[in-house]
Amino acid sequence: MSEYKIHALVCGGTGCRASESDKVIENLQTEIQKQGLSDFAQVIKTGCFGFCEKGPIVKLIPDNTFYTQVKPGDAREIVEEHIVKGRKVERLLYTAPDSDEKVSDSKSMNFYKKQIRIALRNCGIINPEDIGEYIARDGYEALGKVITSMTPEGAIKLIKDSGLRGRGGGGFPTGLKWELTRKVESDVKYVVCNADEGDPGAFMDRSILEGDPHTVLEAMAINGYCTGASHGLIYIRAEYPLAIERLKIAIKQAREFGFLGDNIFGTDFCFDVEMRYGAGAFVCGEETALIHSMEGNRGEPTLKPPFPSVEGYLKKPTNVNNVETYANIPVIINKGAEWFAAIGTEKSKGTKVFALAGKVNNVGLIEVPMGITLREVIFEIGGGIKEGKKFKAVQTGGPSGGCLVEKDLDTPIDYDNLIAAGSMMGSGGMIIMDEDDCMVDVAKYFLDFTVEESCGKCAPCRIGNKRLYELLDKITKGNGEQADIDRLINLGNVIKDTSLCGLGQSSPNPVLSTIRNFGHEYEAHIFDKKCPSGVCKALMIYEIVEENCVGCTACARACPVGAITGERKEVHKIDPTLCIKCGACEDRCKFNAVIVK
Amino acid sequence: MGKVKTLDDLRKLKDELKSKTSLRDKSEHPESMVQIKVAMATCCIASGSRETINYLADELEKRNIEAVVTQTGCMGYCYAEPTIEVTLPGKEPIIFGYVDEKKADEIIEKYIRNGELVEGIIPMNYKNIEDTTK
Ligand SMILES: Cc1cc2nc3c(=O)[nH]c(=O)nc-3n(C[C@H](O)[C@H](O)[C@H](O)COP(=O)(O)O)c2cc1C
Ligand code: SF4
Ligand code: FES
Repeated sequence: MSEYKIHALVCGGTGCRASESDKVIENLQTEIQKQGLSDFAQVIKTGCFGFCEKGPIVKLIPDNTFYTQVKPGDAREIVEEHIVKGRKVERLLYTAPDSDEKVSDSKSMNFYKKQIRIALRNCGIINPEDIGEYIARDGYEALGKVITSMTPEGAIKLIKDSGLRGRGGGGFPTGLKWELTRKVESDVKYVVCNADEGDPGAFMDRSILEGDPHTVLEAMAINGYCTGASHGLIYIRAEYPLAIERLKIAIKQAREFGFLGDNIFGTDFCFDVEMRYGAGAFVCGEETALIHSMEGNRGEPTLKPPFPSVEGYLKKPTNVNNVETYANIPVIINKGAEWFAAIGTEKSKGTKVFALAGKVNNVGLIEVPMGITLREVIFEIGGGIKEGKKFKAVQTGGPSGGCLVEKDLDTPIDYDNLIAAGSMMGSGGMIIMDEDDCMVDVAKYFLDFTVEESCGKCAPCRIGNKRLYELLDKITKGNGEQADIDRLINLGNVIKDTSLCGLGQSSPNPVLSTIRNFGHEYEAHIFDKKCPSGVCKALMIYEIVEENCVGCTACARACPVGAITGERKEVHKIDPTLCIKCGACEDRCKFNAVIVK
Repeated sequence: MGKVKTLDDLRKLKDELKSKTSLRDKSEHPESMVQIKVAMATCCIASGSRETINYLADELEKRNIEAVVTQTGCMGYCYAEPTIEVTLPGKEPIIFGYVDEKKADEIIEKYIRNGELVEGIIPMNYKNIEDTTK
């Protein structure tokens, strides 16, 4: 049989599946069959393209045509026009936010231009349920190379030389961690993949597992060979059903092909992988809590040392790495340490996957070289701020990170620069805020998350964060007092210094960094009792402008709590003690007489 | 499927499977290889452009020439169908008319391999959607 001339790649990631991409696949297949082109065009279900907000995505290869928001009903037109006649279906092409022009192929999209895809190299390209496609793109070559031609020490040295650092948040050098685990003498050792991913809005790891599960299995086996472990465990939250399903399929296929199991590649190296499910607690992503959770105990952290590399799962040496960290390993082995080390900055090598969220035009998943600036990420890849509004801040590192502002936009992104700027890399969440966001409210949002997720084991985090939250709540309600800012700073620093685990040690960061960068917003709330962005409802006052009011009574009739009084044809009045700030009067008034102060 | 026992086994297997994704691998770097567009509107298909695109893609693969073959809408030279546009890396695109299998073979051997021009070139006078929508 001759080869297919056209591949239609359809996203089968969680986002696109939620908007019926399965049905798109089915319809494309039916239409292709109807046209008698089953030998000419092939439909392939892939992992996430990173462009989930505009899903479902259909990409036609080889001309890289990128169709967005494809509905099952569009399948016929795509087949009849594009596949049969070679004419692009213009209405489905992506529209560039800056120029409002249709972009014909993904190579010309700013979203993809500056990306370098290492960890995501196969996402959106291969069918994750077909090990053959993984093998066709160098899959398991690195594993074969390492166990048949390298010593564990040699392979560890290669990883060390590459400069790869952990992508789970801490940024610990990966090769060094492997070496530490290797050096501990023990009859049994474990290799763990941390797929807990609890940052709000983050879905880097989920997309890798859904789009390219074999890369994680391959890297775990390499890790096992290097550290001397023969058991692998993947700790994944049960809320990721699609990733779990794809991993199960991958594990089964890898066993059939002999990449997992006994005597891999005919050597005496044996390694297998099992799955463990988490219930989705943020703190279980912390490695000691994760290990306790896997042991069947409460998911609470314990003091380090001992580090898991020395004493982890069932008290045995355990090497914990993040999903994205693993996804880099096979490429580093295949392309060499030097190749990898040439990408990035002096102390942060390679790329990082970020989940862009918030007020940017192109919300999605991106992989960029370390050293790129926030400006490039937000304004070029992200396509700038939505609706032409003004950029205000970007939160990196999720609830543990801090906000960065205009002056930080040209800082090259890497582990150390982000810390120096008062935030951190974290696992890669990036939330962009515009002029309409209130920074006190943003801090409160993250603290609300932390309070909810604190495991409660140690007092500073359990009680301290709650108090921080209450202070913020008080300020947003207009009851703040001058001393509250100092209280927030002092308490925040105490929590950071005295908490047991990374959660408490970083949870005050959103508060401290917003005070540092947006102190004037706190002051406006406290002294002027105003929310400059108009977010904090309690601080808004609805009033009727006498000159504009004609006494039509529309507002009084619209008010659900009867806070507006006034006779017909006379000026009306709002009772601020009754007003619930719903805005119904403002919407209803045709004379612009209702204003918000 | 038996187990993969050696690195050589894996590499053999990969060679067999390579064709599954090679179209996608190539489309990641189209600018570095020969790009061919085949006009595929209804009129072109009627005059045999589907046979031409199949022939070109299969033969280039067989003859080990790195190329991406895509289809495009009507180029407006309906009198000369099937028409194709060939872009060698770093060169201006050139359009050929009346490309049946014999002509395609000649284009591959003379123009693509050696850069020699062959008969049947059509002067360009159109803009396609890629040029207008970028
Ligand atoms: C509160 C908290 C949550 C964490 N959540 C995650 C997580 O979801 N995924 C992850 O890989 N690492 C998480 N970490 C980091 C892990 O403790 C650990 O450092 C990491 O899994 C090590 O892998 P790496 O070196 O490959 O990054 C978290 C840490 C803390 C303190
Ligand atoms: S810092 Fe918070 S999450 Fe960590 S152990 Fe203490 S209470 Fe638990
Ligand atoms: S899930 Fe389809 S692009 Fe992300």
